[in-house]
Amino acid sequence: MINKQLDKRQKIDRIFKTAANIVTWSSLVILAILLYHVSITGINMLSFEFLDNFPSRFPHKAGIKSALHGSVWMLVLVTIISVPIGVSSAIYLEEYGKKNRLTKFIEINIANLAGVPSIVYGILGLTMFVRFMQFDRSVLAGSFTMSLLILPVIIISSREAIRAVPNNIRLGAYAVGATKFQTIRHHVLPIATPGILTGVILSMSRAIGETAPLIMIGALTYVAFVPESVMDPFTTLPIQIFNWASRPQAAFHEVAAAGIIILLIVLLFMNALAIFFRNYANKKYDFN
Amino acid sequence: MKTIIKTKNLNLYYGENKAIDNCNLSIYENKVTAIIGPSGCGKSTLLRSINRMNDFIDIFNLEGEIIFNDIDIYKEKINSTELRKSIGMVFQKPNPFPKSIYENIIWGPKINGFKGDCDHLVEDSLKNAGLWNEVKDRLNESALSLSGGQQQRLCIARAIAMKPDVILMDEPCSALDPKSTVIIETLIKKLREKYTIIIVTHNMQQAARVSDYTAFLYEGELIEYNNTEKLFKNPKNSKTEDYITGRFG
Amino acid sequence: MNSLLKNKTNLTERIFEKIFAFSSYISILTTTLIIYILFTESYTFFSNIPITDFLFGTHWEPLLEPKSFGVLPLLFGTLMIVIGSAFICIPMGLIIAIYLSQYASKKTRRIIKPILEILAGIPTVVYGYFALTFITPILRTFIPSTEIFNAASGAIVVGIMILPMVASLCDDALRSVPKSLKEGGFALGTTSFEVIRGILVPSAFSGIMASFVLAISRAFGETMAVTLAAGATPRFTVNPLESIQTMTAYIVQVSLGDTPQGGIEYQTIFAVAALLFIVTLIMNLISNFIMNKYREVYD
Repeated sequence: MINKQLDKRQKIDRIFKTAANIVTWSSLVILAILLYHVSITGINMLSFEFLDNFPSRFPHKAGIKSALHGSVWMLVLVTIISVPIGVSSAIYLEEYGKKNRLTKFIEINIANLAGVPSIVYGILGLTMFVRFMQFDRSVLAGSFTMSLLILPVIIISSREAIRAVPNNIRLGAYAVGATKFQTIRHHVLPIATPGILTGVILSMSRAIGETAPLIMIGALTYVAFVPESVMDPFTTLPIQIFNWASRPQAAFHEVAAAGIIILLIVLLFMNALAIFFRNYANKKYDFN
Repeated sequence: MKTIIKTKNLNLYYGENKAIDNCNLSIYENKVTAIIGPSGCGKSTLLRSINRMNDFIDIFNLEGEIIFNDIDIYKEKINSTELRKSIGMVFQKPNPFPKSIYENIIWGPKINGFKGDCDHLVEDSLKNAGLWNEVKDRLNESALSLSGGQQQRLCIARAIAMKPDVILMDEPCSALDPKSTVIIETLIKKLREKYTIIIVTHNMQQAARVSDYTAFLYEGELIEYNNTEKLFKNPKNSKTEDYITGRFG
Repeated sequence: MNSLLKNKTNLTERIFEKIFAFSSYISILTTTLIIYILFTESYTFFSNIPITDFLFGTHWEPLLEPKSFGVLPLLFGTLMIVIGSAFICIPMGLIIAIYLSQYASKKTRRIIKPILEILAGIPTVVYGYFALTFITPILRTFIPSTEIFNAASGAIVVGIMILPMVASLCDDALRSVPKSLKEGGFALGTTSFEVIRGILVPSAFSGIMASFVLAISRAFGETMAVTLAAGATPRFTVNPLESIQTMTAYIVQVSLGDTPQGGIEYQTIFAVAALLFIVTLIMNLISNFIMNKYREVYD
């Protein structure tokens, strides 16, 4: 009788393992289906004209030029705004922060901000940057909004990179009469930089793909020009994709798919870069 | 014999826990002083308070005085960064910077405004640390490519380059192999000509080999302090005798 | 020696320390601003519309007459997405985590982990497109009564989108259970499945539960996929095959339109956003609380 029970139990065990195996590999299948669907739909629309044209009422004439420019403008501005603030915050919290209530309060804030829906940041951006600071619906307003959105992520990942610097190095620097700032500047930051860069690149990939906050601040969905200054209106890749996908005509869905392919290629490139930096960091600073 | 460092009624705390109890110790110039005792007796704590490295620990607290060249170094106005230029430190686990050998040595002097001949300073420091011959052809290589013993000598060279008065060593050989240990022990005895050395060690035999004076700490208290030979041959306190004869560790 | 006495904490030192400090205060500023904006505008809104009408009303028509400000249709729309996606991402995420941490070879991990990261990194607008152009047609083939915009489609892709996060967090939680607990179970002659169900999962309970709560929180805040796929029809319904509107999609709709600033219609975005903010904040706090209070300490 014991054997019979054991048989049944082992049968259940095998079934579970097989089921779990299937479920796990289904993630690959889902990804493959998604990529295949997008590629098949959009591949015909890809051409140099597609990259160089502005959006148009006619699907076959539509292009992502304005969206590409807008995305690049936004990416550059977001980097300029969010990286110094984010890295500085991380430095403060890791190197200077005392274990008091203020520091704890800052940390709680950052953790909560990381979980706030992106559309709420859109409302914040609309009220603060578009209306109050009167940046209007410009690249600047969009960039500030997006910077606030990814700031918590940059801070958290930078903190981890800084924390990974062995404390022995700091002590060695202090022991030869270096100040805190000198130690941070000459030792901690250089060692933490590849890790920080990885985090920054991953945050930027998120920023490139975000749509909701920018719609809220008024990034337009039909833009037939490229921004020439930070105060100009703009559009971005995901917004343009959203615009095309929202249209009922099937032809526009093909254009949307083409836009998605471009967006995914950009993201692929950025993630490859992030992985490169992560490996570089592990190789160069192998303290063992 | 000149006293270069003196502790007066020194009490050290981590939060509520007392690590050192009413310690009065005089360190003599140009001598090697060893601090020995079982694990947890407070030796490292005492050592690190001399160059104010304990400042980096939030819950650390100090009562009493540490006098260095007639100045109480914990007085309000003292700049601890300046202090560490005169009192250097070598750590238990060698911690060279992930930079070249050359940069490791020259960095400290440079950020403190050294304007002299850098090459000469690097060569001098490496020679005094007994490492020059092994690295003179590869000064631009990463310090991390050196062996453990070489890295520790590099750290000693780095400390020497600052031209300190005192060098503190916190169990400098405990992470090293026996061969490197011998090299460094010989080095320590030579260094005493120019520097005052205070070395914490859990290895009694090392203390006996290397030091002129030995302080025995037990559970935060300074039990006995004497000329090394006298302490080991004729310990005055029974606890000291028990420790050095291995009755407890 | 006299240099010891000079307290020359460099000016540069102090300036930089202040700069670093102020940078970190920006996070406090951001939270304050969000709360301030949402609640002052909501306050104005609620001085005109009773809060009970808002929270318990079943009809949402803020723009056309006769106007009605009951948020339940939007809330139900969001809930359908949340619950629907939870049905996908929670079981699948946990199972994948179990497989990866207990059964999978190193090679499998090296393939599946990046795949999950890629799935997580795909922008939500792409998922919305996928829902609209691939999932919905399939649904309509099998269930012809499915509308072109429907909650089910949105829920499915949101589930796929959040799946990697659940899998990753549960994987971390399961891997932090010491081997000795597992081995103790095997030593009693139990099967793998029994060890997982009886020992492993309960031992990683806090991390696993926290990940579920976080997943739900994210589903609440999801915007673009549901805007594209689930519809713009606020409907007090539980039928996932119908077109609905989520709280987030409503906010987007108003932003895309020409609603004048200052009117009551405009203020509805703040009221809805405030509700959204409170719900996600509570869920995030619950998740933190679970992690901290029930954290198993294995030492």
